[in-house]
Amino acid sequence: MSNPADLASIAAIDAVKTRTGGVGLLEGPRGARPRRAFSRSNIFIYGTLILVSVYYLLPLWVMVMTSLKGMPEIRTGNIFAPPMEITFEPWVKAWAEACTGINCDGLSRGFWNSVFILVPSVLISIAVASVNGYALANWKFKGSEVFFTILILGAFIPYQVMIYPIAILLGKIGLFGSLWGLVLVHTIFGMPILTLLFRNYFTSVPQELFKAARVDGAGFWGIFFRIMLPMSLPIFVVAVILQVTGIWNDFLFGVIYSNNERYPMTVQLNNIVNSVQGVKEYNVNMAATLLTGLVPLVIYFASGKLFVRGIAAGAVKG
Amino acid sequence: MLAPNSSVSIRDLSLQFGAVQVLQNLNLDIGDGEFLVLLGSSGCGKSTLLNCIAGLLEPTDGQIHIKGRNVTWLEPSERGIGMVFQSYALYPQMTVRGNLSFGLKNARVPKADIDQRIARAAKILQIEPLLDRKPAQLSGGQRQRVAIGRALVRDVDVFLFDEPLSNLDAKLRADLRVEIKRLHHNLTNTMIYVTHDQVEAMTLADRIAIMKGGQIMQLGSPDEIYNRPQNKYVADFIGSPAMNFIEGHYEKGRFRANDLDIALDGYRLAAPQVADRPAILGIRPEHVATGAMINAAPIHGEVAVELVEPMGADTLVWATLAGKPFRIRMDGQARLAPGDRLPIGLDPAKASLFDAKTEERL
Repeated sequence: MSNPADLASIAAIDAVKTRTGGVGLLEGPRGARPRRAFSRSNIFIYGTLILVSVYYLLPLWVMVMTSLKGMPEIRTGNIFAPPMEITFEPWVKAWAEACTGINCDGLSRGFWNSVFILVPSVLISIAVASVNGYALANWKFKGSEVFFTILILGAFIPYQVMIYPIAILLGKIGLFGSLWGLVLVHTIFGMPILTLLFRNYFTSVPQELFKAARVDGAGFWGIFFRIMLPMSLPIFVVAVILQVTGIWNDFLFGVIYSNNERYPMTVQLNNIVNSVQGVKEYNVNMAATLLTGLVPLVIYFASGKLFVRGIAAGAVKG
Repeated sequence: MLAPNSSVSIRDLSLQFGAVQVLQNLNLDIGDGEFLVLLGSSGCGKSTLLNCIAGLLEPTDGQIHIKGRNVTWLEPSERGIGMVFQSYALYPQMTVRGNLSFGLKNARVPKADIDQRIARAAKILQIEPLLDRKPAQLSGGQRQRVAIGRALVRDVDVFLFDEPLSNLDAKLRADLRVEIKRLHHNLTNTMIYVTHDQVEAMTLADRIAIMKGGQIMQLGSPDEIYNRPQNKYVADFIGSPAMNFIEGHYEKGRFRANDLDIALDGYRLAAPQVADRPAILGIRPEHVATGAMINAAPIHGEVAVELVEPMGADTLVWATLAGKPFRIRMDGQARLAPGDRLPIGLDPAKASLFDAKTEERL
């Protein structure tokens, strides 16, 4: 033991102890690496993010500010300035008094038309598509793959191609110009993408779960309602968001398959904003546009987190 | 003709996926209360066969009988089977109690009866404190217990296990293996168990069916499978480390290969008369006698140690015999170094001899 080399190394450790006060710790980095809040990369990342958000938020700022100003103030031309005198007059006018054609009851008429189109279309399309997706994922039948391919193909056909045939079809079954006609059209056009969404989600559910339920004696609907549905809230949220925004923002079908009385909100907004008669009331137009965009915005804010989760769930194991 | 007391009987079962023949004219009789293990490497058709028995896959041809009933066209729930899956397949949104009662509710069993059966199963499997938890709050071993319970409450005739322990870590696997064996001992139900783990197969089975390419290579007790493998594939598949194979010739009761010449006295030939032919001699590493045991072995020799793998309980020695690598399993206390000369003893009674062409046992 009394080897000179051993003694030398013990002395070295003692020296370290006295210097650091620790037990065998050497000088230098220790534990987690400290991070600076204002590093160059942080400044670059947050700088870019702030710049980009300002760029995207500026139009919204202009819209909100303009909608709260009176026309005389708007004419002074300073569009970025906050209102000197806040007025809600334009909002009231946009909602209840603005004229389109002979009707002068504002956007409220379009809003309720849109709601009456939206609710049944979203409910029916999601109900049918979820069952479709479930059947295609778990109850493969002869030709189910071919059926699926044809359905997906539907997602790639431009709407414009089908406008005229659908107009004739709706006319023949007596739904042209009615809200139910639009409900039917939206339900059908939502089917390919929704079925794809649900099929991929249900495919990602472990097959053994489905097998176990069959051994346990559950049938087609039993497995769907008792096993699959309770597991698939995220994907239903995704489907609702997709359908609500898609149908609410639809303009093409709304303008073609309905009439003056039953125009959805988007069409009515267009008619108000693009009216060529009289003075252009920028504040009313801004308020009307904000009102129209409110529904999809509310849906996003209310369910954004679930939306991301649902998309990710479908994407990872699709 | 069905065997008199067979519980599950498979007749000429075939299954094709397109051009791929997964099961080929398979026949299998499983006795009442028997524990049968289907063993094979992945893709051999063992899980497919189990899914056919469960009714989750439709066979292309053939019949399945359970308890004397032809169930070939029946739904899985009507066959009197319960199944345990590798991934547990517990319903994630239901409590343990919900999982256990799901099948009973579907069968419209009265409420009081359900409660009673769940209590009984929970007692057997010792999951009583877990009944109100969700599967996500359970450990792997607890989940698999619940999965077994789901089959247990349904009072089925036949239990089907599809690699139930493969997702568990080694220690837990050993624990649950013992529990499954105890469960079978107490319940005396027929159990069919699919695995690729030969230790599970050897320890659990009354009989093992070794499968390859959709066919059964050998059906027999673990003892038969281990000691008298019907062909080279089975001999190679069972046993770890694997059996040594030496290619050579069988001539009038002797086996010759290169410098090796062994009299096969004491070896039981499969047929009374075997003509001379090219053959393969198989010797398990653990059947090579070393140390004091050599005296009991009729054949003696010596090999040079090339590599030593100490594994604690025993030591694996690599040497060369008749120009081929040769494994010897020794006691873990043996101290050897490469280059040592190691005296060995062989016993033909414990060896296996295969036809070089057909690879069938001679």
